[in-house]
Amino acid sequence: MGKNLFEKVWEDHAIRTLPNGQTQLLIGTHLIHEVTSPQAFGMLRDLGLSVRYPQRTFATVDHIVPTNEIHEPYSDPLAQAMIEELRKNTAEHDITFFDTNTGKQGIVHIVGPEQGITQPGTTIACGDSHTATHGAFGAIAFGIGTTQVRDVLATQSMALNKLKVRRINVEGELGPGVYAKDVILHIIRKLGVNGGIGFAYEYGGSVFDNFTMEERMTVCNMSIEGGARCGYVNPDETTFEYLKGRPYSPTGKAWDEAVARWTAYASDPDCAYDDVVTYQAEDIKPTVTWGITPGQGIFVDEFIPAPSDGKTQSESALIEEALEHMKFEAHTPIMGKKIDVAFLGSCTNGRLSDLEEVAQYIQGHKVAEGVKAIVVPGSQIVAQIAQEKGLDKIYTEAGFEWRGAGCSMCLAMNPDKLVGDQLCASSSNRNFKGRQGSITGRTLLMSPLMVAAAAITGEVADAREVFGVAEAAVA
Amino acid sequence: MALEKVTQVTGKAVPVPGDDVDTDRIIPARFMKCVTFDGLGEYAFYDVRIGEDGSKKKHPLNDARHQDASIMLVGSNFGCGSSREHAPQALHKFGIRAIVGLSFAEIFFGNSTTLGMPCVSVSPEDRTAIAGLIEEDPEALVTINLQEMIVTVADEDYPCTLPKSAHEALVAGEWDPIALMLDKPEAIDSVVERLHYV
Repeated sequence: MGKNLFEKVWEDHAIRTLPNGQTQLLIGTHLIHEVTSPQAFGMLRDLGLSVRYPQRTFATVDHIVPTNEIHEPYSDPLAQAMIEELRKNTAEHDITFFDTNTGKQGIVHIVGPEQGITQPGTTIACGDSHTATHGAFGAIAFGIGTTQVRDVLATQSMALNKLKVRRINVEGELGPGVYAKDVILHIIRKLGVNGGIGFAYEYGGSVFDNFTMEERMTVCNMSIEGGARCGYVNPDETTFEYLKGRPYSPTGKAWDEAVARWTAYASDPDCAYDDVVTYQAEDIKPTVTWGITPGQGIFVDEFIPAPSDGKTQSESALIEEALEHMKFEAHTPIMGKKIDVAFLGSCTNGRLSDLEEVAQYIQGHKVAEGVKAIVVPGSQIVAQIAQEKGLDKIYTEAGFEWRGAGCSMCLAMNPDKLVGDQLCASSSNRNFKGRQGSITGRTLLMSPLMVAAAAITGEVADAREVFGVAEAAVA
Repeated sequence: MALEKVTQVTGKAVPVPGDDVDTDRIIPARFMKCVTFDGLGEYAFYDVRIGEDGSKKKHPLNDARHQDASIMLVGSNFGCGSSREHAPQALHKFGIRAIVGLSFAEIFFGNSTTLGMPCVSVSPEDRTAIAGLIEEDPEALVTINLQEMIVTVADEDYPCTLPKSAHEALVAGEWDPIALMLDKPEAIDSVVERLHYV
């Protein structure tokens, strides 16, 4: 019997079994940012500990960075204090920091892959629940709390229970205008927001084989929204092609050796899984969340459910709570709901390919009157390449605001926030109450092209119709 | 470093109903603009507890009957979403010492355990029964006996569960693993040496 990737990586990184039965697991790569690391450095100071392998921790600043202010001090003194704290901590402990003046700053889950720091067969931890993004490369990547950030800084390891592995196949071919974001929203809708507790998700099947690395990242990114702490795709030629020539990728003979090693980490054909589920790509349509959990997704042509549609008492209660917060009537179409804000960005969909895909459709269109539409590139490098390609002009001509890199309105720790009960078409990952900075704010999660369609029509719309995506494909 | 053995938690309980309560709800992101965890207690469940004018909203944690409760009674998938340790830190600083629920999101569960704050699971029927007893008598003391894995309310016993590793860590007073993990540095270094990329 062969082994799956998770088992292989786990075995290679296991240090020992702790008295409580957990494994002390070596974390090869540690990524940190300004929000969840300062307390960890404080704990190190209190305990008189140092950073054991400073060359294996990489820092950037993303959550609090304003996207429309370049000069410091920032207008928010708390944000300024946080960035300065990270500067102090990284300097003191000799940690590489992709600061705002390096041209390499960005959302931590975009920076790691972009730099070639994220590699197959490795273990990665970061004090951020979207760390599973890095699993797109065949890494086992954990989102962790701050005390564990301390543990990784001090010991380059963490105490963990081994996860079970669920293989999720998506077979067939996605229709035109159906994206990686729709695939993951569909998976979460089917398996539930808590279906992945105790599991790592291994994504595979022909859809994943044909996906680019950026599409794989979009899916792995939202594993946690399905309750799974880790999600990954087995490494293949697409992975190696993406990594070749990146700043932290091996070169020369070391590259060939690395590729051989990485290839061997892929799950064996005869390996076992704790569970296997399979979906058909042809069954997936553009998906929009209508409620307050990422599991409350429907196809764009479906109707919003009523509490009586819930299969359990708990689901019915959640539908009721969601309808109240969203101010939607049950059994009305999601299509046509008027939006106030359109947000294109985040660690889910703020990569170059997301911005390119949308840009090719919006030329000649204008953002609807009264809609505030912002584009936030995921990193300074994404922004720079996009600008070199003229994407910023395409967006600004269409009426979008072109901003600087960061997490921005995904969680609104910077000045980009919803106001009152604004309804936001968002390419981000969470639609929790208050997530986008206003207690009564309302979020609809969808693919970047669906966000653009909503921005241009001023309401939730089928991007395939707005941009003639399906017709073009049929023709 | 000697940690307290968490073998039993006793206190008044407060039911916070609903499933899939996320960590943004437990502590909104704007309160994470800080470089220490100090003072987070007042922000626990802030947006559902405190109005925009600073007034107290109708919420179990504001209910006079549940003042000084140290045990929270919750639904399923409690603490889902963000990995922010600010969430269990805020609850702990608010005065919560243990949580009884149907199930917990994984990262939240781990973060809570590392603070010595047990999150034990009970069956849906028992959760309803416990909530009923607390409603009847909010002053009733709830005891979570981690050695026997029993939740006791008003002389009624309900079995509860905890994953084995968390259970052992709590009752042995080893819920913060740092001392153990620093114990064998040579074991860490030997794994580093055999991996090519570290």
